[in-house]
This record gives sequence, structure tokens and C-alpha cells, in this order.
Amino acid sequence: MRPHHLVTHPRALHPGAWWLWAIGLAAAASRTMNPVPLLLIMAVSWFVVSARRGDTPWASSYALFFKLALFVIVIHLVFQTLLSGNSQGLTVLFTLPELPLPESTGLQVGGEVTLEALLSALYVALQLAAIFCCIGAANALGSARQLLRYVPAALYEIGVACIIALTFAPQLATDARRVRDAARLRGGSTGRIRRFGRLAMPMLEGALERSVDLAAAMDSRGYGRTTVSDPRSRRITSALVITGMLGVCLGVYGILSGTESGWMGLPALLVGCVLGIAGLVVGGRRTGRTRYRPDPWALPELLVVASGLTAAVLTFWQMRTDPTTLVLASVNDVPPVPVLACVGILVAVLPAFLAPPLPRPESPARDLEVAA
Amino acid sequence: MIRFEHVSVTYSGASAPTLSDVELHVPEGEMVLVMGRTGSGKSTLLRAINGLVPHFSGGTLRGRVVVDGRDTATHRPRDLADVVGFVGQDPLAGFVTDNVEDELAYGMESLGISPSTMRKRVEETLDLLGLADLRGRPLAQLSGGQQQRVAIGAVLTTHPKVLVLDEPTSALDPLGAEDVLATLQRLVHDLGMTVVLAEHRLERVVQYVDRIVHVPGNGEPVEAGDPAAVLATTPIAPPVVQLGRAAGWSPLPLTVRNARRRSVELRARLADVRPPEHRATALGAPVGSVKDLVAGYPRRPVIKGVTISVAAGEIVALMGRNGAGKSTLLRTFVGLHKPTSGRVKVDEVGLVPQVPADLLYAATVADECSLADRDAGATKGATRALLDRLAPGIPDEQHPRDLSEGQKLSVALAIVLVSEPKLLLLDEPTRGLDYVAKQQLITILHQLADAGHGVVFATHDVELVAEVASRVVVLADGETVADGAAPDVVVSSPAFAPQVAKVMAPQPWLTVHDVAAALSSTNGALAGTTHE
Repeated sequence: MRPHHLVTHPRALHPGAWWLWAIGLAAAASRTMNPVPLLLIMAVSWFVVSARRGDTPWASSYALFFKLALFVIVIHLVFQTLLSGNSQGLTVLFTLPELPLPESTGLQVGGEVTLEALLSALYVALQLAAIFCCIGAANALGSARQLLRYVPAALYEIGVACIIALTFAPQLATDARRVRDAARLRGGSTGRIRRFGRLAMPMLEGALERSVDLAAAMDSRGYGRTTVSDPRSRRITSALVITGMLGVCLGVYGILSGTESGWMGLPALLVGCVLGIAGLVVGGRRTGRTRYRPDPWALPELLVVASGLTAAVLTFWQMRTDPTTLVLASVNDVPPVPVLACVGILVAVLPAFLAPPLPRPESPARDLEVAA
Repeated sequence: MIRFEHVSVTYSGASAPTLSDVELHVPEGEMVLVMGRTGSGKSTLLRAINGLVPHFSGGTLRGRVVVDGRDTATHRPRDLADVVGFVGQDPLAGFVTDNVEDELAYGMESLGISPSTMRKRVEETLDLLGLADLRGRPLAQLSGGQQQRVAIGAVLTTHPKVLVLDEPTSALDPLGAEDVLATLQRLVHDLGMTVVLAEHRLERVVQYVDRIVHVPGNGEPVEAGDPAAVLATTPIAPPVVQLGRAAGWSPLPLTVRNARRRSVELRARLADVRPPEHRATALGAPVGSVKDLVAGYPRRPVIKGVTISVAAGEIVALMGRNGAGKSTLLRTFVGLHKPTSGRVKVDEVGLVPQVPADLLYAATVADECSLADRDAGATKGATRALLDRLAPGIPDEQHPRDLSEGQKLSVALAIVLVSEPKLLLLDEPTRGLDYVAKQQLITILHQLADAGHGVVFATHDVELVAEVASRVVVLADGETVADGAAPDVVVSSPAFAPQVAKVMAPQPWLTVHDVAAALSSTNGALAGTTHE
């Protein structure tokens, strides 16, 4: 067996595999309001991230997304408390002083806060938080930037533009700081707008100069040299890709919204995928570019994707067979445990062991001797 | 390898050609230095080699530029990517990817080179340029010298026959510059590559090059030839060459080593002469001081307990590697940076930042001046009067961005000076300045010191320090490692000694000017004795 098929061989997993895995988990989260599987999903994503993240700058993005998730929950609860009134439920927890508003607005600020209202708000927020955690995990394990390396050849120009934009943003921030300092050195603060105009000019000029420099550098390094420009094939490619994208969007919307109105779900998704892939293949043929050291797509990648998909598939299945365990009939009851979905979500924890470990950063020779 | 046949370049909208009737032939395996003033057409000449002029820049090119048998009229820059590697002045601006390995591979990916060849070439290039330890590192985290080496490596992977570099060391500290130049020399000597580079800091490069192309500007003919022969007549020359001229040596020495071997007699003659002191003529009251200053970021102090006091009439040079804390110290002086602990005491202070253009935002020089008057609350026309004293002849209606680097610095200086700071700070003022602009700056700094300003400037330019500083402070790792009169600090240091000091050691001479003055006075004395 070649080493990259081994789950024990240290290497970086293909970022695409991590994103598919995370999408699977997020899809599972999108189908349920039951806190049990939702908390499980958050736990699983956290576990896998802590087991397999590297020491790259973006690896810490999980913490950021987790904080965002907590923030979402808090905001949701605060607003529910303030605005709910006694619209739902009977179990009154406490009563807030009510703000008198005209009846016609249909709004009520303050008033009685019920357990039911709070719980259902919590569950909805929890769903959003779980999805945030999934995205955070994908970002921490295979950054969006890494993923851009694998943009299909047909979309290469877009990929390059995204990468440049990602580099540009921090540089622009540095520029802004420099120019602002310079403005402070000169003093004379005449109004906010005046000040902004003063800052904008040097920054804009700087950014323009930099883009011209970059364009010159890319041109002299052969960018666009191998592209055969054939307007007909380019038009076919864009038509195919755009219709494909539309199909995928409709399909995903159909599946996630659960309306399942015949063609909107799976069929649209499949047709969209086929069209999109066809477009990418046709477009990919026209470039003569090659790719340096692509991450292999091997057994561990397949296993990781499969585990993510299992979570999604089993949750969807549960939805079909026993929807009451996923969408609670009454929020005050102790939430039931949807066995099938939970098993699926637990399967998604396997990448913590199935994904190959990351190679340790170069250690000093002393360590190697100790190991020997 | 490179052939210019009657090449003239005229940019659109320009009244006169930037280059006119250039006739030039660079044979294979040569290292060629292109020198000239800012705006003389150096960059145009370099960019014409890979077709960026006129394909990218616009304008009209008459005549023919042929590189390795390919005419740039029919080949765009991208079609020459496998023959000419072009490295711009700011390496960071030319990076497309975000880590070292991908950047090295980028050019090859564009050319469609097979993956196995790519892999091999990346490894070879990593070794060739000593970048193997940095292979996975993000480009933004590298030092300036490392970035420049990566930029060179990134164009080398396509195996070009010609390497063109536009001011590769102008933004680097002396060590980073040596790093890059050593790499270039290795490419020329080991791989027989043809290298063409432009550079203002002649003292760094003349010793390595086989030929010098001097672009005088103003449409005058370009002259090319042996370095010693060209430098004998050019208005610009590195200090060793000027020393050779002053002492009347022929052929002129290009390296410190040659000059030192020639200077035995000169040193004997000057053994009894006391070199000038390079001290401030009249020290005034202190205009600014820091005491036990700690500044920087939480848990990562950049300045660790620095105590400096600057008096009126003093010109203090602040030296040290990149990241030693020079800029942070200056920024703390003006209050852009809050000190973590310690005391900063200044009254009126002004800072000219590293990029003087940041201070300029109006559409014309006249607007800029009146804005500065208003900001500083000065009388109308004060800035303009200052500017005319610093750099006469800058037209009122010109856009500040279109000025040369030296003129931009003058405008920025005038804007800062109009609020009459007692302490003037400059952060790397000679970046991008050509020789003439630098001479002007030196005169200005002397004038300011004589007028009772205290001046502190951060720099890597040892020759500038030798010319102008009355005191040198060396920072390392956020601490003061040396603080004293310029000759005391600079002469004995291998990194900070100017060329003249290296030649004349152990006698503490700093500048050609001092030596020349001493020579003429001893000559006079000698002549006097013989007459009697």
C-alpha cells in the first residue's frame, strides 16, 4: 500500500475532505432542533479539531467561531426575553416591566417571560451555533485559503483573484495604520469627513500602485501564457457552470428546507452537479497550467468524507422515519434521544483517529537522538 | 545575450524621450550595473529587457531589443518568462501566493512545466538560495533579505538565462543586502547567468560587477564600460573611488581591499594629522529625552529600558538591524506609541515617516503648503518659504506624487518643520534617494543643527552617518549597545564602519571630504617648507 493511503502516515489531509466532512455535519445540524444531537455535533467538531489541527495561523479560527456561536445564543436569548411577551407557553418564569406600545404595532416589549419561549429560542440558537462550530472546524482544519489552491482549472482566474484579495486585506490594514499615523503627525483635525478624504487618497493611491506592481510581476512570470483563448469554449464553460450552480443551489435549498417538492430537492442537485462538473471539465481543458505538489486524495480523505456524510444521511433517515425525535412536539419535555442520528453524529468523530496525524514541525536534532 | 539597437522610449504624454538612441550589448555571463539619477531612465532600461516597456507601460519604443534571439516587439513579457527573470524593487508587492514553496512554483505552474520537474527545481532552488529552512513559512513573516531571496528564487525556477533586478537592496539593512548580493554573485559565477541590476548604493555593488552602464538622463547618450573607467568621470561614485580620485590613484580602486593596499603611503602621510572630530559645534539645552523607556506590545517589549537625551544642535544617528526598535523609539518620541513604562520628555517634536509621501495628500504642491500652514497655525506662505529654502524650484502646480523621492522628502520636511519642532526625527530618510538628493539632505541637516534643532534619524546608511552624524546610538534587541561620538562608535565596528574608515584604519577618518581637506593642507605645508 502506498504511504498516503495509510491513516497513520503523517501528512496534511486534503482541505476539501475536511470541508465535505464539515458540510455533512452542518447538514445534520440543519435538520434538528433537538438539543441532544446539536450539543453532540458541537462536541464532535471540537474533539476532532483539537485532535487534528496544526500550528498554522488559521488553526485558531475554531475558537473564534465558537465565541461567535456563544454570542449568537446570548443575543437570541436576550431578544427573546425582551420581546416575547406571553405569546407562547404557560409556565411563567418571571415578569419584566412592560413598555407601553400601541396595540397596532403588534410588538410587546417586556412582560411575562415563559419557559417555553426561552427554551425554543435556546434550541433555535443552538442549531445556528452548531452550524457555526462546523464551519469553524472546517476553517481550522483546512483553511479557505488552502482550499483555493484546488479551485478547478476553469475557475483559475477567480481563484487567483480570491487569493490576492486575501493577501491584500491585511496589507491594506497595515497601509491604513501607517497613513493614519502620518496624518496624526501632521495634526490639524478638521472634521471627520475631511479627515477621511485625506486618509483615503494616499491609501487608494498606494493600493493602486501595488496592484499595478503585482500585475507587472505576474505578467513577467508568465501568467496567462498557456491559456488558449477560444471565445466559444469559454462561453460554453460559463453557461454550463452557471446553470450547474443554479441547479446546485436549488437542490441544496430544496433538501435543507425539507419541502421536498418533487424536482426541487435531490434531482435538481444531481442535474446541477452534472452540469457544473461538465463545465469545469470543458473549461479545464483549455489551460496548459500544471499544479505543484497537490495534496493526494486517498483512502483517509474518503474515510473522512464518508464519516461526515454518514452523520447527514442517518439524520435525514431519522427525519423520515421518526421526525418527532428531531423536531420536538413540546419543548418543556426532556428531549428524547434520536438513536439513529446520534449514532451517525458519533461516526463523524472518527476523523479524529482516521485522518492522518500532522507531521511534527522540525525538531532539533537533540529530540531525534532521544527518540532513537 | 541582450542587445539594444538604437532604442528610444517615449512615454505617452511626455515631451521628450526617456531613453534616446541606446546602443548596448550585454554578453552572456556578465554582471552589469545600471546607474544613474532617479528619473534618468534606469528602470525604463531594465523594464525594456523583458518587454514590460512598452507592452505593460504603454508608450513608444523605437529600435529593437533582442534577448536571447527573441525580439520584445513580438514577444510579450509572459512569452519571455522562461528567458528573463524580472525582480521588482519591493518583493512583497510581487508575491502572488502566501508561502515560500508555492511562490517558487508559481512561475513554473504558469508555464505548464511537468509536476516532477517542478518538484525537482523547487528543491534545487531552495538549496541554491539557502531557503530550505523557510520552505513552509508564510512570506509576510520573512525578513526583508529573505523576501528578496525568495523573489529571486521565484524567477529562477523557470531557468531564465537573464536576471534583471531593480534596486534589489535599497530597502535592506547592510546584512540583508550582503546576503542578496552574495546570492547574485553565486548565480553569475557558478551558473554563468547574465545579471543586470540597478542600484543607488554603489558602494555595495561596484566590487561585484563586470561592467557599468551609466544612464545620465535628459536624453544624453548612455555610456557603458569597465567599472573603474566609467567611475573615473561620473558625478556619482562610491567613497573608495572618491578617495582614489582625491589621492590621485590610477586605476581607481573599487574595493576596500584594493584601496587599503594602495593607501600605505597616504596613511603614512596623514599619520600626524588629527582627523576632524565630527562633534556638534555648539550643544544647546536638551530638546528631548527618554528615560528607562519600555515600549512595544504586551509581553513583547520592543524597547527594553533605553535612556537617551538629545541636545539642541546635535545630529544623532540611530542604527541597528531591522526590528531592533529604531522606528518604535522614534514613534514613542512623538507619542504615536504609548510607552509601557519609563518617561518621555519632549516639547515640540516632528517626525518624517519612513514613507514621506504618506504626509502628502493635496492635489498640488501649493495646496499642500497652504494646508500645512493652516494645520500648524503658521503665517501664510511659511511652508512655501521653507520649501524654497530646502529645495528651490519645485513648481507650485505639480502633483506631490509626481515629484522625485528627494523632492517628496523636501516637501514632507517643510510640512513638519513649519510647526517649528525643536526636535526633528527622521525614519530612514535616504530610502530611495539618489546621490544628489542625499547630498542635499546632508546640507539641510547641517543647516537645521546649526539653527538649533536637535535631529535624530534612524538609518542603515553608514556613509550618511559618516557624513552627518555627531553622535551615534546603536540599538540591538531593544537595548542601547553603543552611544557616543560618531568616530568612536563607527570606526571600530565591522558592520557600521564607512568605507573610508575601513581603508584608513586605525586612523579615525570618516569621509573623503575630511581626507581631501587634510591632504590639501599637508600639501600646502609641504610646499611651504620646500620653498623656504
